[in-house]
Amino acid sequence: MNPAIKIEQVHKQFGALQALNGVDLTIEQGEFFALLGPNGAGKSTLINLLAGLSRPTSGKLSVMGYDVMAQYRQARHALGVVPQELVFDPFFNVREMLRFQAGYFGKGTENDAWIDEVIESLGLTDKAGTNMRRLSGGMKRRALIAQALVHKPPVIVLDEPTAGVDVELRHMLWEFIKRLNREGHTIILTTHYLEEAETLCSRVALLKQGEVIALDSTKNLLASMPGKKLRLKLASILPASLKEMVRQQEQYDYTLSLNAINQLEYVLAELRSANVVIEDMQLIEPDLEDVFVDLMGRK
Amino acid sequence: MSLINQRFRGPWTLFKKEILRFWRVSFQTVAAPVMTALLYLLIFSHVLGGRVEVYPGVPYTVFLIPGLIMMSVLQNAFANSSSSLIQSKVMGNIIFVLLTPLSYLEFFLAFLAASIVRGLAVGFSIYLVAICFIDLPVTHPLFILGFAVFGSGMLGAFGIIAGLWAEKFDQMAAFQNFVIMPLSFLSGVFYSIHSLPEFWQKVSHLNPFFYMIDGFRYGFFGQGDISPWFSLSVVLGSFIGLSLITIGMLKAGYKLRG
Repeated sequence: MNPAIKIEQVHKQFGALQALNGVDLTIEQGEFFALLGPNGAGKSTLINLLAGLSRPTSGKLSVMGYDVMAQYRQARHALGVVPQELVFDPFFNVREMLRFQAGYFGKGTENDAWIDEVIESLGLTDKAGTNMRRLSGGMKRRALIAQALVHKPPVIVLDEPTAGVDVELRHMLWEFIKRLNREGHTIILTTHYLEEAETLCSRVALLKQGEVIALDSTKNLLASMPGKKLRLKLASILPASLKEMVRQQEQYDYTLSLNAINQLEYVLAELRSANVVIEDMQLIEPDLEDVFVDLMGRK
Repeated sequence: MSLINQRFRGPWTLFKKEILRFWRVSFQTVAAPVMTALLYLLIFSHVLGGRVEVYPGVPYTVFLIPGLIMMSVLQNAFANSSSSLIQSKVMGNIIFVLLTPLSYLEFFLAFLAASIVRGLAVGFSIYLVAICFIDLPVTHPLFILGFAVFGSGMLGAFGIIAGLWAEKFDQMAAFQNFVIMPLSFLSGVFYSIHSLPEFWQKVSHLNPFFYMIDGFRYGFFGQGDISPWFSLSVVLGSFIGLSLITIGMLKAGYKLRG
């Protein structure tokens, strides 16, 4: 079985800027994969190369076994891309736009039932006849997702799909994307919400300055992070002996890093001996954000 | 749609979308140029009618009509592809076409065909309105059709080049005002180049718009400033040349695929 995505030694240079520097990545069919990294890490460049919007300086990329350059027709048939920006054609309504998009992929009226299904699944039925200009930001985002699905691609790339959307819509989109993955679609997600990647994705690649600095299952990445976080709400200031452990502070609310769970005893003892009253306390497992911050700072 | 072979549905859809795009705003894209051409006709025929006779036996007002039709055909063919491309680039929705399996050649053919349709739609509309008031002879209809199709094709290709090159509406306006307008106004729409001093006659021969206007006019009156066959060769040559440049730019992904 061909991998959904295979990226081999891909370099991309824009003038003096090395946007991607020898990226190797294989994403298997059916995976729910997160591509993470700070701004300028090369995530969008990588997506653009996969989608054929840009050409690699060197290296090979394939979608479902089809080379994105030599077999671009098959590769693009296999790929649906939801762009980050809320772009739209102001001349047409939602249904027209979806029909055109399907038409570009060679789909005719036989595809209309699928278009109706996508429209309904994304809660766009009431807006199907509305011009794209008149849609709210959230509705435009849904229409963009629908547009990426009209030709039934097995691989779907979502570039920041929930950027700027409200909580309700975010959860609705999560459920929809999860459903697509359950139905067999390979999902590749880029997001700034690390909580989103942690909740949805089974595997994560971290990009920094055009290089993959971590590639593992979400579970393994989280397990690689030693210790826990201790969130404290105190009645007064934290003793000076604990200052080194502080990660975040807001007035008398502190988040401390614990290298090991037995450090908890030490923290409580220090607070007791300083007569500091604890108003609230919470022990937190490390999340993907901790892994992200740690790796970005380390490498 | 289902009548179209699946293989051709992609470019056919793009063509259809481009047609609908200008048809949705037909007041601006068809009615307005017809109105402009009729105003030119009204003003120039009022000022010069009866005083000027360019071709023997052809009143100035009648002489003017084919030139005005062709000028509108060319300007609108250019406007169609160029404005569609610059708008899609600036708005970002060009991505919807770039993500699809459409080839550069299919992209070119769809944009070109839509430009030709817009040019012909405007030209035919002006013709229909004009013949309501003026008796306009048609001597060689195939020449009329040939010059209209290849002329609008040439300007459609030129519009794609301009649309690819321009990154802002400002640059596109400059292209329109400093290239297309002077070339069309100095092409002999309002006069025969024989009325110009010799130097300007020679300069006019460097203007490809001159051949399109003169050849198109020949189709109506059976007389022109130069041989219609020569004009047709120049127009065809220019059309093929510009098409090859456009196809080359699209193949290279010029300002489309980084």
